[in-house]
Amino acid sequence: MLNIKLTTQKLPLLTPLLVTPDNCLSVMQKNNQKTITIFWSIIAVTFLCLIVNLPLKFSLFGKTFYRPDFSLNLGPYKFKPNLDLRYGLDLAGGASLIYDIDTSGQNSENIPDALESLKANIESRVNLFGVSEASVQISSNGDSRRLTVDLPGVANIDEAIGLIGQTAQLSFMGIIDLPPEATATATMEDVLKDTGLKGSHLVKATPSTNPNTGEVEVSLEFNSEGTKLFEKATTDYLNKRLAILLDNQIITAPQVGVIIPDGRAVINGNFDIKSAKALSAQLNAGALPLPINLIQQSQVGASLGQNSINKGLKAGLVGLAIVSLFMIGNYGFLGLVADFGLIVYGLITLTLYRLIPVTLTFPGIVGFILSVGMAVDSNILIFERMKEEIRSGKSWNNAMELGFGRAWNSIKDANTCTIITGLILFNPFNWSFLNSSGMVRGFAVTLLLGIVLGMFTGVFVTRNLLRVLARKNNN
Amino acid sequence: MNIMKFRPLFLFLSLFLILASIFSIIKWGFQLSVDFSGGSSWQVSLPSKPDDAQIKEVFAKNNIELISIAKNEDSFTLKFPNISLEQKEMLTQDFQKVDPDFSNLQFDTLGPILGKELLMKTFYAILLSSFSLLLFIGSRFKDLSFGASAVLAMLHDAIILVGSFSILGHFFGAEIDALFVTALLTTLSASVHDTVVTFDRIRELKKFSTRLDWVELSNQAVSEVIVRSINNSMTIIFMLLSLVVLGGASTRWFAMALLIGVICGTYSSTAVAIPLMLLSKKKKEK
Repeated sequence: MLNIKLTTQKLPLLTPLLVTPDNCLSVMQKNNQKTITIFWSIIAVTFLCLIVNLPLKFSLFGKTFYRPDFSLNLGPYKFKPNLDLRYGLDLAGGASLIYDIDTSGQNSENIPDALESLKANIESRVNLFGVSEASVQISSNGDSRRLTVDLPGVANIDEAIGLIGQTAQLSFMGIIDLPPEATATATMEDVLKDTGLKGSHLVKATPSTNPNTGEVEVSLEFNSEGTKLFEKATTDYLNKRLAILLDNQIITAPQVGVIIPDGRAVINGNFDIKSAKALSAQLNAGALPLPINLIQQSQVGASLGQNSINKGLKAGLVGLAIVSLFMIGNYGFLGLVADFGLIVYGLITLTLYRLIPVTLTFPGIVGFILSVGMAVDSNILIFERMKEEIRSGKSWNNAMELGFGRAWNSIKDANTCTIITGLILFNPFNWSFLNSSGMVRGFAVTLLLGIVLGMFTGVFVTRNLLRVLARKNNN
Repeated sequence: MNIMKFRPLFLFLSLFLILASIFSIIKWGFQLSVDFSGGSSWQVSLPSKPDDAQIKEVFAKNNIELISIAKNEDSFTLKFPNISLEQKEMLTQDFQKVDPDFSNLQFDTLGPILGKELLMKTFYAILLSSFSLLLFIGSRFKDLSFGASAVLAMLHDAIILVGSFSILGHFFGAEIDALFVTALLTTLSASVHDTVVTFDRIRELKKFSTRLDWVELSNQAVSEVIVRSINNSMTIIFMLLSLVVLGGASTRWFAMALLIGVICGTYSSTAVAIPLMLLSKKKKEK
C-alpha cells in the first residue's frame, strides 16, 4: 500500500483501492494501456533530448564520455545534423552593419532585380571576408530599403566596412593600337575605347583555381546585358587587350585570347590566392548596382558576449531552482511532478533550438524565461482547480481529471492572447509597418515556441505523469 | 470578501499613477539611449581606471564632444556624437597611450532614423495587438465590454511602465533602449494573460448562477483566483529577480522594467480591468 503524504492543506491521502464496476473495466484497461504507452514515449523523448544536449565531452565518476554522434546513412545519402546552439551577434560577438539603399536612380520595375543583384554582390564580398554564418538581408520601411549585414565573430569592424562599403566605378575599355606616329603624343584617352561594359553588368568576381593547371585565377560572371556587351568587346578586341578600370585607374589589362559568348571569363596571370582575392574584391567593389550608405554600425566584443551568456545562464538556473522549490512547497508532490514537466520542457526546447535552428539572442532568452513562467502558470491553474474540486468532496482521481478539464479553457484563452501578441511581434508576413528587426523577432520566436511547448508539457505531460502515478497507487 | 467595494480606491490609485506618469513624461522626458537619439555609444575596458579628466582630455585632444561617461563594474560607457572611422582610430590610439591594456568591448553608432523607426513600428504593433485582443476577447466572452476592459487595463500598465521609466531616468539615469521596448511588449502580454484568467472565472460563475449580480460575481471570482494569480506572478517575479541580481549591468534596467510590468499586470487584472467592466455594466443597466 502506497501512502504519499501531501503537504498542501485539505488534500487527503491517496486512496489505495478503486472500486470499478465490471462493465467499465475493459475501457479502463484500454485507457490505462494508452496512458502507459504515452508515458514511456515521454520518457524516451526526454532521454533522447538529454543526450542531444550533453556537452561533447564530459567526465562522470572519473570516466570520460563522448556524446554519440547523430548521423544517418540512408544509402547514398548521409544525414548529419548540426547540433550546435546558434548564438546571435549580441551573445556571440561580432559586427552588424546597416546600410540605406539609394533606389532613387532606378525605375520602379527595375528595383526588385537591382535589390537581388545587390544582395548577391554583397554576399560574395562577405564570403570573401571568410565569415561563416554571415547574413545579408534586405528589408523595407515604407519606401526606403535597408541592407543589413551581420558578421558574427568579426573583430575588426572597420575592415569589414572598408571591404563592403565601397562603390567605386568599374569600367571596361578596349585598348586600341595607334598608328606609330601618334604613340609619342598619345594620352590614355586616345588609347582606351569604352566598350559600354560597366560595373553594374558584372554579377560577381571570385577567385578560383584552374582544375587543369592549378593556377589561381579570377572568375568573372556578367548578367545578360553584360554578356552581350562582353561578347562584342571580345570580338572587337580579339588578340588585343581589354583594360579594366576602377575609378579610372587601370587595375589589370588582360589579353583577349578568344571570343567569349556566355558572359563567363577567367583572368589569369601570376595570381596567388591573396592577390586574387584582392582583385575580386576590387572588381566586386565597383559592381554595386545601387549606391549604399552606412547608417548604423554595431559591434559586440566576443568577451562581452560570453560574459552575458554566463550571467544569463546563472540567473536562469537560479530562477528555475527557486521556482521549483516554490512549487514543491506549495503543492507538495504535485509540485514535484510539475517540476519534472518543466525539465522535460526545458530539454525539448533546447533540442528544438538546435534542430530548427533558432538563433539565440538576449531578448530571445528573455522570451524563453517568460514562457517558462507561463508554463508554470498552467500547472498552477490546474492544481488550484484540483484543490477546489477536492474541497468540494471529489476523489483525488476525479479531482485531477476535472482540474485539467476545467482549467484548460482558461489556459487556452490566456495563451492564445499571448500567441496573438507574439505573432504580431514576429511579423510573419513581413509587413513593412511592423518590425523586421532581428531583436524583437528573436524575442517573438522563443516566446511563441515556448508558449506552444509550455501548453504541451504543462498539460499533456503533467497529466500523463499524474495518471500513471495515480494508476500505480490504485493497484 | 467584498473587495470590489474598494473600487473607487483602486481607480483613484490608478488615476494617480497614470497622471504621475504623464506628468513625468511631459516634464522630465526620457533618457534616450543611443538606439533612439542617435550618436555613438562605446563600451571600453580601461583596467588602470583613469579618472574622468583623463578621458575627457583624450576626447578634447581629438575635438570630439564627449556627452557622457558612465562607469560600470569593469568598464566605461562613453557617449558622443557620430564620428568617422579615422577619428575612432585616433581615439583608440590615444586611449592606448593612457592605458596599454585598453580594449574595445562594444561600439554602437546609430543615426536617429532607425530609432524613430523602431518606435513607430512598436507603436503600430501595440495598436494592432490592442485591436486584435479587443476583438478576440470580445468574441470569446461574447461581450465587448470584457474586451475593452482588458485592453484598457493593458494600456494602463503600458503608460505606468513608460512613466516609471521616465521617473527612473530622471533620478537614476535609466535609459530607454530597444531592450526596454521588448520589456514593454512582454508586459502587455503578461497583463492580458492574467486579466483573461480572472475574466474566465467570472464567466464560469455567471454560467452556474445567473441570479448573482456582477459585483458579487466579481468578488467571488477574485477571491477564488487571487491565490493563483499571486502564486503565478511570484514564479515570474522570482525568475526576474534573479536576473536583476545576477544578470549583467546591461540587463539590469531591462529586468527592472519587466518586474514593474509584471507587478502592474497582476494588479491591473483585479484593480483595473474588473472595475472598468463593472462600470460599463452599470452604465448599461441605467
